[in-house]
Amino acid sequence: MTLPQQNGETHPVGLTIRGATKVYPGTVALKDVDFDIRMGAVNVLVGENGAGKSTLMKVIAGVETLTSGEICIKGQPVHFRTKDDAVANGIGIVFQELNLFPDMSVSENVFMAREPARFGIDIDHVLVEERTRELMQRLEQDIDPNTTLGHLRIGQQQVVEIAKALAQDARILILDEPTSALSAAEVEVLFRIIDELKAQGVGIVYISHRLEELIRVGDYITVLRDGEITGSRSMQGVDIPWIVQAMIGEKSKDFSESLGHEFGKEVFRAEEIALPKMGGGFMVDHVSLSVRAGEILGLYGLMGAGRSEFLECIMAQHPEARGRFFVDDREMREKHVSGRIARGIALVPEDRKRDGLVQIMSVRENITLSSLFQFTTLFHLSLRKEAARAAEFIRRMTVKVASPDNPISSLSGGNQQKVVIGKALMTGPKVLLMDEPSRGIDIGAKAEIYHKMRALAADGIGIIFVTSDLEEVLALSDRIIVMANGCISGEFGRGANAAEVIAAASPASAKSKNKDMVS
Amino acid sequence: MTSTSDSAPAKPGSNTNWLLLLLKARTFVALLLVLAFFSVMAPNFLSTANAILVSKHVAINAFLAIGMTFVIITGGIDLSVGSVVGLTSMIAGWLVLNGIDVGMGWTLYFNTFEIAAIVCLAGITVGWINGILITRLNVAPFIATLGMLYVARGAALLFSGGRTFPNLNGNPEYGSDTFPLIGTGTFLGLPVMIWMLIVVALGAAYIASRTPLGRHIYATGGNERGAALSGVRVRRVKMFVYMFAGLMAAIVGLIIASQLRAAHPATGEFFELNAIAAAVLGGTSMSGGRGRIAGTIIGAFVIGILSDGLIMMGVSSFWQMVVKGLVIIAAVVIDQAQSRLQAKVALAQEVALNK
Repeated sequence: MTLPQQNGETHPVGLTIRGATKVYPGTVALKDVDFDIRMGAVNVLVGENGAGKSTLMKVIAGVETLTSGEICIKGQPVHFRTKDDAVANGIGIVFQELNLFPDMSVSENVFMAREPARFGIDIDHVLVEERTRELMQRLEQDIDPNTTLGHLRIGQQQVVEIAKALAQDARILILDEPTSALSAAEVEVLFRIIDELKAQGVGIVYISHRLEELIRVGDYITVLRDGEITGSRSMQGVDIPWIVQAMIGEKSKDFSESLGHEFGKEVFRAEEIALPKMGGGFMVDHVSLSVRAGEILGLYGLMGAGRSEFLECIMAQHPEARGRFFVDDREMREKHVSGRIARGIALVPEDRKRDGLVQIMSVRENITLSSLFQFTTLFHLSLRKEAARAAEFIRRMTVKVASPDNPISSLSGGNQQKVVIGKALMTGPKVLLMDEPSRGIDIGAKAEIYHKMRALAADGIGIIFVTSDLEEVLALSDRIIVMANGCISGEFGRGANAAEVIAAASPASAKSKNKDMVS
Repeated sequence: MTSTSDSAPAKPGSNTNWLLLLLKARTFVALLLVLAFFSVMAPNFLSTANAILVSKHVAINAFLAIGMTFVIITGGIDLSVGSVVGLTSMIAGWLVLNGIDVGMGWTLYFNTFEIAAIVCLAGITVGWINGILITRLNVAPFIATLGMLYVARGAALLFSGGRTFPNLNGNPEYGSDTFPLIGTGTFLGLPVMIWMLIVVALGAAYIASRTPLGRHIYATGGNERGAALSGVRVRRVKMFVYMFAGLMAAIVGLIIASQLRAAHPATGEFFELNAIAAAVLGGTSMSGGRGRIAGTIIGAFVIGILSDGLIMMGVSSFWQMVVKGLVIIAAVVIDQAQSRLQAKVALAQEVALNK
């Protein structure tokens, strides 16, 4: 926790957080966290999904308020009630998902909702354009302020987002996973911009999962795990094993033991699945894999590695995808989701709200939605049979709900996820695809879902699950396949080395592997 | 549909539950209120003859509103139904008067059933085109059906060059002399068109609540992506609802042509707006996923009774429009209040359960 003194002098602390605790109903997101942001330096923040990074950033950006603890700027305690308070104190944030207007010009985006206006009504376009041009010069980017934003590459759009923060005189700039969507060349540009901003005395908070990148760009590192700080030091002498150690730690979550059953024969095989990307290249680059009955296959990788897209290909969401799938050695040619469900494939999507559930329907209607024809004779839907089956699965999945007729939106995240899994299981799948099955749910519900996955595998269902949680993939998988840049970049058995798995997930390793194959 | 009141464990809920029940039944309460009001205020309002007359007026709108309800539940809208009423009544008129000229001096005449079938098929075809535009060519429903509104109206005018087809009495030789009975005949003391409405309404309510198709309609409107990933054939569902709306419009076109024994190309102007109003008044949510056939029927009755009652009271038609508009706006405001309260009650139940 102690920082070397000489660094403290060259990089003054711009913002300190002491004893930060944030309690959400049911979970503690931050436990007594101390965090310093040093000016003129890159403060790296790293941790697994759900470790509390984004909560901490939301607190600093004024989106959330602390349950207890204080934030000080230059020794003075401050209270951010809204985002505007934080902006007024010189804090800018660039979210992973860019908040820009694609049909407006660059300068309009930079000054959105803060347009300088004559008499409060007439926007001073000349001034807007001039100041945008100045900002672009400061960032050494050749972007015309009048360009329509949507015509820019994603890396340039990010520069615009940074310019937007700087236009509000940001002294502290938070970058949340800024490189996840960038190409290698664009990453270099971003790093140059970061160096320039550092030289201008801006304090940068840099959040990323790409560990080599962190070591390269960071000056200080803070590691969060389950809402607690597990490591905080200057970047000198930090290596990947140290970060992994701090991220995962010794104590393990309750992953429930493998039930020690034998695997059956192969139930599912994908051959050379290729999904073209807009603007060339592949989202999923000729991926082949297979899974056996009763096997849990973990698909690990960073955001944008093509894992979710691969699952979507299996679920017929990308008609332009090429390649062949086999279920029980018979080719799956069905063009529609319902056909694929009938063949024994079921998907638990990543985004519960958007893809998994119909929010205004009841728990019962959601859990039976994929299996309605089980209760239908000719065209008549038996509500009695449906209710009985829904009750059975609500019990089996241990969903806590007062009445099956309550709307799904009234349940907690964990219970909603159980409903989504219940819906998938009701179709009687042979292969269960789970995309980030434990995202956004509390620890208790996670343990239940892990336990369920083990039990399903023991019943002979083949499971392919996608995760960005290293601990989860290591503990839960019978076999791990790592993806990077759309390709399979590594395959590991049970008891794989964490550092090796992480190394395989980095986009650079996929590239070097490709080069090896070419040469 | 929901049994929130009897399973609520929370004590402070009893008041809220009463309020919720009242809000849920609001369209029905509104119906009772307008009935009570006009029974007192308008002379002869409660007579059987008047009741049948009002029902006939309501039925025209109710058919369209039933079709519209399905469309709105999927998250769409069909602005073309009014024009399709005009187009299909012109087709009916043409078939009764002129038959189909097959060339070489031969003309094909049809009996009443054949005419009805052809007209219904025409309505379904227009709905099919709407559906193709929306599901295959990705035109927004508002725009696709707005275009169809103009196209169908123009086609109706082209049929006769803007003139009315008069004297649609049919011809006993061709078996079409029963054509006027569709709109004017009675069966067991009730007009045939009311029987038709009862059959259609029961069928639609059955589809909505007791068939997978109905559940898929609700799921599509509630979350299209989620429904598709759950195996719902979203495109087929949408095709169905627009074709069903087209069929409803064709039935109305037939009834009007038969009732008036004449087909006028301007028939059905602004009918789509009345249908939307009835659906919304009956609790259908414009953002999709929510709505019930029974609610829509009651909504159609509220609107129908309101306008007929006001006429009988001698209120000027200008005031009638104002009143109708206010009632619709009030319905939506109450609807919002109900959704908020309902969410609160369900949340309170879950919190009580997890304690």
